[in-house]
Parts: sequence; structure tokens; C-alpha cells
Amino acid sequence: MIRLNGVGQVFDGREGSVTALEEIDLHVRGGEFVTLIGRSGCGKSTLLRLIAGLLVPTSGSVQVAGEPVTGPRRDVSFMFQRPALLPWRSVLSNVMLPVEIDKGRGGRGKAEYRDRAHQLLELVGLQGFERRLPHELSGGMQQRVSLCRSLMRDPQVMLMDEPFSALDALTRTELSEELQRIKMELSTTIVFVTHSIEEAVVLADRVVVLTPRPGRMREVVDIDIPRPRSLGQDAHLTEVAAISGRLHALLSEKADVRPVDEVPR
Amino acid sequence: MTKRSWLTSSPVAAVVLPIIGLVAAITLWWGATVVFSIEPFLLPGPWDVLVKFFDQPGQLLSETGTSLLETIEGFLLAIVIGVPIALVIVRSVILERLVYPLLLMVNSIPKVAVAPLLVVWMGFGQWPKVVMVLLMCFFPIVISTAQGMKSTPTELVELMRSLNATRTQEFFKLRLRYAMPQIFTGFKVAISLAVIGSVIAEFVGATKGLGYVIQQSGASADTTLAFAAIALLSVMSIILFYGLVLLEHILLPWAQEKR
Repeated sequence: MIRLNGVGQVFDGREGSVTALEEIDLHVRGGEFVTLIGRSGCGKSTLLRLIAGLLVPTSGSVQVAGEPVTGPRRDVSFMFQRPALLPWRSVLSNVMLPVEIDKGRGGRGKAEYRDRAHQLLELVGLQGFERRLPHELSGGMQQRVSLCRSLMRDPQVMLMDEPFSALDALTRTELSEELQRIKMELSTTIVFVTHSIEEAVVLADRVVVLTPRPGRMREVVDIDIPRPRSLGQDAHLTEVAAISGRLHALLSEKADVRPVDEVPR
Repeated sequence: MTKRSWLTSSPVAAVVLPIIGLVAAITLWWGATVVFSIEPFLLPGPWDVLVKFFDQPGQLLSETGTSLLETIEGFLLAIVIGVPIALVIVRSVILERLVYPLLLMVNSIPKVAVAPLLVVWMGFGQWPKVVMVLLMCFFPIVISTAQGMKSTPTELVELMRSLNATRTQEFFKLRLRYAMPQIFTGFKVAISLAVIGSVIAEFVGATKGLGYVIQQSGASADTTLAFAAIALLSVMSIILFYGLVLLEHILLPWAQEKR
């Protein structure tokens, strides 16, 4: 679904150029859930923006669904760290924004999508809040609205840039469970950036570990804990802890890291 | 969380408190004229001013109407000219560098100095007044609009980009809407300056308007009449200002919570 070949990204700053990413080769299969993890400054957000077509790579190629990425695609949605809701729009109208923009570019009418918007809001438990303004909602509810908006065009690929990092722990657990449920229902391909090791393990089929300056792929770790997984009740704490420990070692750049199959399961 | 006081949260208090403030100030004024037994031609009491107004209410209201019309016309003209200029400035760094110092220069000229020139150029009609109001209002409207247009959060711009919005959609659906509260702040600053502008223009070469009345009353030492005209000016100013506040409440309900 997503194919990155030898992708590199160099930013020209005032004090010379900075290499953000180097030699990234990654293939994400359709329906796969991949998390990107790394310290801040390792270029994980940059990588996501390259797949989204918000940035053009300095070297290498990015393909989505077999086509080279030249700009933002209709079937790829992007979710930000903050809810990024338009403050003057009601919840419903914020969710409708993507199809409204399509209409402005000659897409189908808005009315056809209204039912879909209501359905999505119900899916995340926001029925009855359609007419509220964003500032009347809690941070978790706002991020749920943002999630609905990113599902509005039935995307094949969802790119998520630390979407739960600004939320409190409880809301975070709830939302990551909801995201897994939605993922299983819709079989969307998801690339999810996070700096939380536990979150990366709980959500992912595969975790990609990036090292900083320049951002390179350190390792790709398969997670085969059965779903649905949780950090809350009935948590798969031992399995998650085992893999988390290894990821932690990888991230802190220790020299002797045991291979993954030696980790007790 | 502490319970908010009735005085800060109730809408009734929002109306009653300013009235109490106003009444207190007028009482103080009245008290001063009585206690220090000030001559009415130096400082008339509030009652004298009120009587003066009711001597010739029609006349004074028609002068108020003249000034009000000039103020509103100049203010609207400033919006029609100022907002597009701000939008152009924001789009182009070159234009900003080219035009900005000129705007600053025009704004730094004392407007009183220009008033006689406007009369020379445009005669004694209402145009020199409208243009004076325009000169007064123009700058705050341009500045606040430009600032507002620059304040769009990058994440929202990125959102519009990721949704493949056109430049036009990004402008109307995001940037302009996001700038509206700041544009309104500029309007509110400008409207008070607009009233001042109309009075300055009427001081020079006018035959009607409240500024003209004040100037004439000075010449004939009719202090009470001057006070009546000033009172009408401030009432006009306040009504215009709160009119804008009301409009903002109606048009931008989402912006209220930020305060």
C-alpha cells in the first residue's frame, strides 16, 4: 500500500542544511497498522508528511497504492497532534469539512454525506453533540471529532501524528481502544507516529524504530500479541512489557541489544 | 473551583454596572460644581447641560445626525479600502515592504494639520469630513486585518493542505474566518477615532455638525452648549462602539470564549 524507497529529506536552515531522514526503505502492506517510534527530532513526523504528500522528498521515492505521491491524496487522511478543528464550526460541520472541500472542487453534494457524518459521530460516542462548538468539548472529545473528520472520505490510508499525546492517560487508553476497534471494522492501513513505547506496542502490527540525526531505521519489530489489546482493563501487560523493554533498549542506543526472539514471552 | 461572583457572571450586572459607573461620575461632576460653587460659564452642572439640550433638541439632534453620517461613511470607506489593502500586503512580502513605510508615514501626520488642506482640495461639503474620518480609521483597520491574516495556526493551514483545499478555499474557509476577531478589534479601535476625525474636520470649514457647534459655542462663550455637544458626541461614540460589540457577538459567537 505504501512503499518508501531510499527516502531522504534535507532541510535548508539558516545555519546550514539538516539531514532529517536518510535511506528509509519501508513497505507497509494494505490493512497493516505500523507505528513509528523514536526520540524527538528523529524525523518521524517528517516521514509521515512525506507519505501525506505535504513534503517532497529530497531523494528517493514515495508510492501510495502503486502511484508516486505528488501531493495530498483524497484517499489518504492526516490526523494531527492537536485536534485542529475550526473553532467557528459545529462538530458536525467540522466533520463535513473534507467533503465540503471536495464539493468546491466538483465532488458530490454535501447532503449525501450527512448520514455518514452522523454514523461516524455515533461510532465514537458523540451523538447529541453535533451542534456544539469545539470549545465546548473536552480535549478527548475534540480529538474524537478530528478522528471522525479523518474517516469522512473513507480513506485507504490514515496517517496519524501523535494524535493522543496531548490527552490524559485515561482518555488515551480509551481512544487507542476505539482506534483499534475502528481499524478492525474498516481494515484501513494506518501509519501512527508516537513517542510512547507502550502505545506503539499496543497499537501496532509492526513497530518501526527510528534513530535521530539523521533519522534512520534502526529496526522493525513484529508484534504478534492477539487483538484487541489494551493498556487498561485485561491489559496484556506482560507481553507488552517484554517488547517495550527491548524497544526501550533500542531507543536508548545501547550497544548490546538481544534479538527479539530471546525475549521471554 | 470557586464559584464566580454574581457581579462578574450575570448579564444583568453587565448592564447595571456601567450605568452605576456613569451615574457616579455625573454625581461627582454635579457635586464639584455645587461644593466649589463654580460659575456655569466655566463648568456648567449636568442639569444645566440637560436643560440646554432640551432648549433646542431638534437642532442639536440634526447636528448629531450630520456628524454621525460623516463618521459612518468615513468608517465604511476605511473598511472598503483598508481591508483589501491589508489582504494584499499579507500575500506579498515585496508589497508589504513597499507600502508599509508609506502607511506609517501617513498615519504619523497629525490629522489636524491636514484638515485645512482637505478644505482647500475638496471645499466645504461633507467630503473633507468623510476623508478625514477615513484617514483616522484606516491605519488600525489595516494593521489589525494584516495581523489577523497572519495569525492562522500552521496546523490548520496544514489541515487544509492535507485535505487538498484550493488556495481560494483556504482563504475563505480558514484564513479570513480566523482573522475576523482581530479585524473586529481593529474596527472597535477605529470607530472611536472616526468620531474624533469627524469633529476635527468640522472644526475647519464646516457649517453644521457637532464639531461646528462646539467651535461656535467657544466663539460665543456658551460653555453649556459646548458641553451639550460633547455629551452628544460621547453618547454617539458609545452607541457606535457597543453596536460593533453586539455585531461581533452575533457574527462571531465562537470568539467569545477566548476572553
